[in-house]
Amino acid sequence: MADKQPKPGQPKPGQPRSGVLLDIRNLRIEATVYPPGEAPKNIVLVHDVSLTLEKGKVLGLIGESGAGKSTIGLSSMGYGRGGVRITGGEVILNGRDILKGGNEGFRKLRGREVCYVAQSAAAAFNPAHRLMDQVVEAALLHGTATRAEAEKRAVALFKKLSLPNPESIGERFPHQVSGGQLQRVMTAMALCSEPDLIVFDEPTTALDVTTQIDVLAAIKDAIRDTHVAALYITHDLAVVAQVSDEIMVLRHGRLVEWGGTRQIIKEPRQEYTNALVSVHEIEHQEQKPGTSPFLSVKNITAAYGRSHIKVLKNVSVDIFPGQTLAVVGESGSGKSTLARAITGLLPPEQGTVTFDGRPLANRLADRPKEDLRQLQMIYQMADVAMNPRQTVGTIIGRPLEFYFGMRGRERDKRVAELLDKIEMGKGYIDRYPAELSGGQKQRVCIARSLAAKPKLIICDEVTSALDPLVAHGILELLLGLQKEENVAYLFITHDLATVKSIADSIAVMYRGEVVRYGAKSTVLTPPFDAYTDLLLSSVPEMEIGWLEKAIKGRRMASAGN
Amino acid sequence: MLSRSAGSKPEPGLADMSSPIVKLVAQRIALGIILLLAVSVLIFAGTQILPGDVAQAILGQSATPESLANLREQLGLNDPAYIRYFRWLGGILTGDLGTAMSSGQDIATSIKGRLWNTLFLAFWAAVVAVPLAIILGLIAVRYRNGWVDKLISGLALASTSFPEFFVGYVLVFFFAVQHQWFPAISTVYDGMPFGERIQAIALPAAALTLVVLAHMMRMTRAAILNVMQSAYVETAELKGLSAFAVIRRHAFPNAIAPIINVVMLNLAYLIVGVVVVEVIFVYPGMGQYLVDHVTKRDVPVVQAVGLIFAAVYISLNIIADIAAIVANPRLRHPK
Repeated sequence: MADKQPKPGQPKPGQPRSGVLLDIRNLRIEATVYPPGEAPKNIVLVHDVSLTLEKGKVLGLIGESGAGKSTIGLSSMGYGRGGVRITGGEVILNGRDILKGGNEGFRKLRGREVCYVAQSAAAAFNPAHRLMDQVVEAALLHGTATRAEAEKRAVALFKKLSLPNPESIGERFPHQVSGGQLQRVMTAMALCSEPDLIVFDEPTTALDVTTQIDVLAAIKDAIRDTHVAALYITHDLAVVAQVSDEIMVLRHGRLVEWGGTRQIIKEPRQEYTNALVSVHEIEHQEQKPGTSPFLSVKNITAAYGRSHIKVLKNVSVDIFPGQTLAVVGESGSGKSTLARAITGLLPPEQGTVTFDGRPLANRLADRPKEDLRQLQMIYQMADVAMNPRQTVGTIIGRPLEFYFGMRGRERDKRVAELLDKIEMGKGYIDRYPAELSGGQKQRVCIARSLAAKPKLIICDEVTSALDPLVAHGILELLLGLQKEENVAYLFITHDLATVKSIADSIAVMYRGEVVRYGAKSTVLTPPFDAYTDLLLSSVPEMEIGWLEKAIKGRRMASAGN
Repeated sequence: MLSRSAGSKPEPGLADMSSPIVKLVAQRIALGIILLLAVSVLIFAGTQILPGDVAQAILGQSATPESLANLREQLGLNDPAYIRYFRWLGGILTGDLGTAMSSGQDIATSIKGRLWNTLFLAFWAAVVAVPLAIILGLIAVRYRNGWVDKLISGLALASTSFPEFFVGYVLVFFFAVQHQWFPAISTVYDGMPFGERIQAIALPAAALTLVVLAHMMRMTRAAILNVMQSAYVETAELKGLSAFAVIRRHAFPNAIAPIINVVMLNLAYLIVGVVVVEVIFVYPGMGQYLVDHVTKRDVPVVQAVGLIFAAVYISLNIIADIAAIVANPRLRHPK
């Protein structure tokens, strides 16, 4: 068994800092990028970062996208994703510099001394093999256990991680298990070969809040009981505050601040940390609903294909001019399907959508151009919602040509105005989407929908893929545009903080039904129904000990895990 | 390591797992049958459009109008086309492929030995070519973009780019003329011992292997490379698996469907596309038989051989479809 074999490079007596498991010194990581039409160039992803991690401790690595969190985490396994190279510094694990071991050395430590838990377990499990075969693979490969021993340990871990049917879940294939469960199976997989260190790379980011809380608690318990050390990578400070002993804040591949969890969230010393820690809630005074809604959804029931499973059951909501209706709920609750039903992409089986006092045609193809113009959409993934071969000017100009027949200088003038509105300026008119940042791409999508001068814009998780500070900017832009243009939003999101910032009224959806609906203040004021309570109490708070308190106080178990 | 552990419990849902697969497989087979019927119509129509008259062809230029008319009546050539089609189809379904005009022999009897010869050659070519192509593809992925990959791709593409007759004659020149290891003419006869038979077909089988190798190798390489971008391949690398184990255990099983497809297309080619190679090596297979009878304008034989080739092609593609369905764990093990 693993414990009895001395691991290569176990710290010898007398070596300094014997409690240190991982010691990264002056790490420098570079990559070669190939910009179109230019010569390849080297960029530095991580500048001179050092950290130490003691045995059994958890260090949170936090930062926005591009901060180098995952790159640093993977360097502890000697791994560079997609041509990323470690070009300087030392990574000392169990007393030896792993960068000197070469490929053979990396293979021996991966899956044995250091294991990895990926963001999307659904993608990280091989669809062709049963879970158990994948969970015990590393232990068998490195000879730390026989198959029977490894399977026994795996079942024990499944139990510890509160997976349903721990004895038999290993027989299943990845597609037969839900996302939250897979994330826990992946944690069991990492623990199965009894490593010294686990790198958790955003393990709960892809999950619903109600599922995240359970997975987070399971991971925390497993770390505590197995005494494994961990690097916990996330962009969510509230999450990392629940599991870490220490937190390291990174930005643009450089260390910003490193300290105990309490110090970082209570007394941040750096301005950037402070910006991350402080709550970015936008004060948004809710508007009273007007006298009559311009768009009214009445008793809609819908299903995909000829399925008997109703994705929407008897859904009714109203949208008032210049106001925002937020639709919240977890994945699979029917939020996006409601948007599809309103836009006519999925004709409902029953019920009607009334617009300006007249019913809208069920099918998109039956709607006149004018109706299409009035309802526009913005999507979560801005980069795939734009044609990469078209310039910003063409993208925004298209609805101007299509709906208003604008051409030439008139169109260009309007495009420039719209670019001003989204605070980008006409300098961007000839750029391609690939040259824009994530936030800028989403702004272009907003401009494109505004170009049609619609009464309603459906925003489907438009800030979910963005870093918090960028998302904040987008929300402020949307609120400003609403005032100027008197446009209404149907704002679909799973993020309750966003809802508070933008909504006038809220519909909470659960399994295809609207379980709570009304003005923002009413919906967010107790007494709550069981599901809204679960949803609200599952949103992580930046407070040590929140996780335990939240789990204890729950009235209803979450369904999707 | 990823093999099933012994003594595992039956998994939940085993009882109903077959239903979606059975449905899909039944659909494929039904489609294949419809397709085959459509092809039979085309073949029949095609031979009807061809100029020339069967009775004239049988009796020759010197026949009298009376004897022509009699023969037409006797052969049923005056009946409408659809009746003649169904009569032909009915015959085929009962194993009667008709009679060759040129020799007066029963087509079914003469085809039987030939078909067997063709299948024998195709089988041994496939036994060499398919594993070789897949292994070369795996090696090319392992050393992707390096010199090993380029060498494998280069040689395979070169062997495919040369026309079959050229490859065939080069093989004959080196291995039959210069070294005399194998015969240049692949004569086989009934009751020939297995060893001699293999020796006789060695050169045509090698020529066929070289011709089909590159296509399967390149497709294997491309299909696996596509999968190599997946997150689960990274997971496997981060478990410490060697590069080759990652490809074999984690990438290959997920690339199997496109690989099976291209393998089946090439197997079909080995059976129906061997005309040139059979002619070069004077091998008594279907290709030779078809070429002989095309030159003799023997329409019934051309129809029968065409239909058999179509059936082979369609069935191999059905097998590929079914294998791809069965290879998909989502269909094999529904939720």
